[in-house]
Amino acid sequence: MIQVFSFYLFAALTILSAVFVIMSRNPVHSVLWLIMAFFNAAGLMVLVGAEFIAMLLVIVYVGAVAVLFLFVVMMLDIDFAELRAGFVKNFPLGLAIALVLLAELVFGIGAYSAGALEMGHAAAAASPQIDGASNIESIGAVLYGKYLFLFESAGIILLVAMVGAIVLTHRERKDTRGQNIGRQIRRRPQDATVNVRPEVGKGVQL
Amino acid sequence: MIGVTHYVIVGTILFVLGVLGIFLNRKNVIVILMAIELILLAVNINLVAFSAFLNDLTGQIFAMFVLTVAAGEAAIGLAILVIYFRGRGTIAVDDVNRMKG
Repeated sequence: MIQVFSFYLFAALTILSAVFVIMSRNPVHSVLWLIMAFFNAAGLMVLVGAEFIAMLLVIVYVGAVAVLFLFVVMMLDIDFAELRAGFVKNFPLGLAIALVLLAELVFGIGAYSAGALEMGHAAAAASPQIDGASNIESIGAVLYGKYLFLFESAGIILLVAMVGAIVLTHRERKDTRGQNIGRQIRRRPQDATVNVRPEVGKGVQL
Repeated sequence: MIGVTHYVIVGTILFVLGVLGIFLNRKNVIVILMAIELILLAVNINLVAFSAFLNDLTGQIFAMFVLTVAAGEAAIGLAILVIYFRGRGTIAVDDVNRMKG
C-alpha cells in the first residue's frame, strides 16, 4: 500500500516539476524545478530497488549538472523577457508535435499491454541480481567484470568532455601577471644572491 | 498494483514534456538543454524500470552510461554557450547563422 502511494506521489511530483521546468518564465526557476524533478525520479528508482542509480542521479544531477546550469544562467547577463517572445507563436506547433508523439507512445504501450509480441524468451537474465547481495554489490560485480571496457570508455568520454569544456572556455588575459615558468626554472641561487663584506660604518651599495 | 507499465507511462510523459519544452522555448538555449536532460531522465526511468522488471542489471549499467553522456553533453553545451555569449552578447538561437549554413 505504501509503495503504491509513494509511486503516485513521486510520479506526480516528477511530472509536475517537469511541466514547471519548461513553462517557468525565469531560467533560474527552471533549474530549481529540474532539481526537484531529479529528486523525485531518484525516489521512483529507489522504489524498484535500484538504489545505486538513484544516489548517482542525486549526486551527478543535483550536485554537478544543476549547479553548472545555475552558474551559467547567473553568469550570462541576458534579457530573458525578449527570449520568451516566440512562446505564444510556437505553442500550437509544439503542442501538435507533442500530441502526435504522445499518441504514438500511448498506442505503443496499449499494444504492449494487450499482449506482447511473440519474440521468444531468453532462458535466463543475462546478469541477474545476486541473491542475498545488495544492489550496489551486484552492480559492481557486473560493471567491473562483464562491462569493464564500457566502463573505461565512459571514463574516457568524461575526460574528453572535461578537456573540451576547459579548452573552449579558457582565455588568455592581457591585464594579469601570470607565472613565467621558464624564467622561474632558469633562475639559479648564484645569480639571485651575492655575498658582500661591507666595511664597518660605511653602509652598503645595493 | 504498480507494474512496469506505470513506470513506462511516467517515462512517456516526461519524454513528451521534454520534446514540448524544446519547441516552446525555441529561443532560449539553456531551457532547451534542460529539456534534453528531461528526455534523458525519461530514458533512464525506462531502463531502470525494465531492469527491475526483468531482474537483469544490464539496464542499470546502461542507465549509468546514459548519465555519463548526459553530464558530458551538459558540460560541452554550456561551454559552447559561454563562448558564444562572449562573442555575440546574446544566446538567441534564431540568429545563429555565423557558419552561413
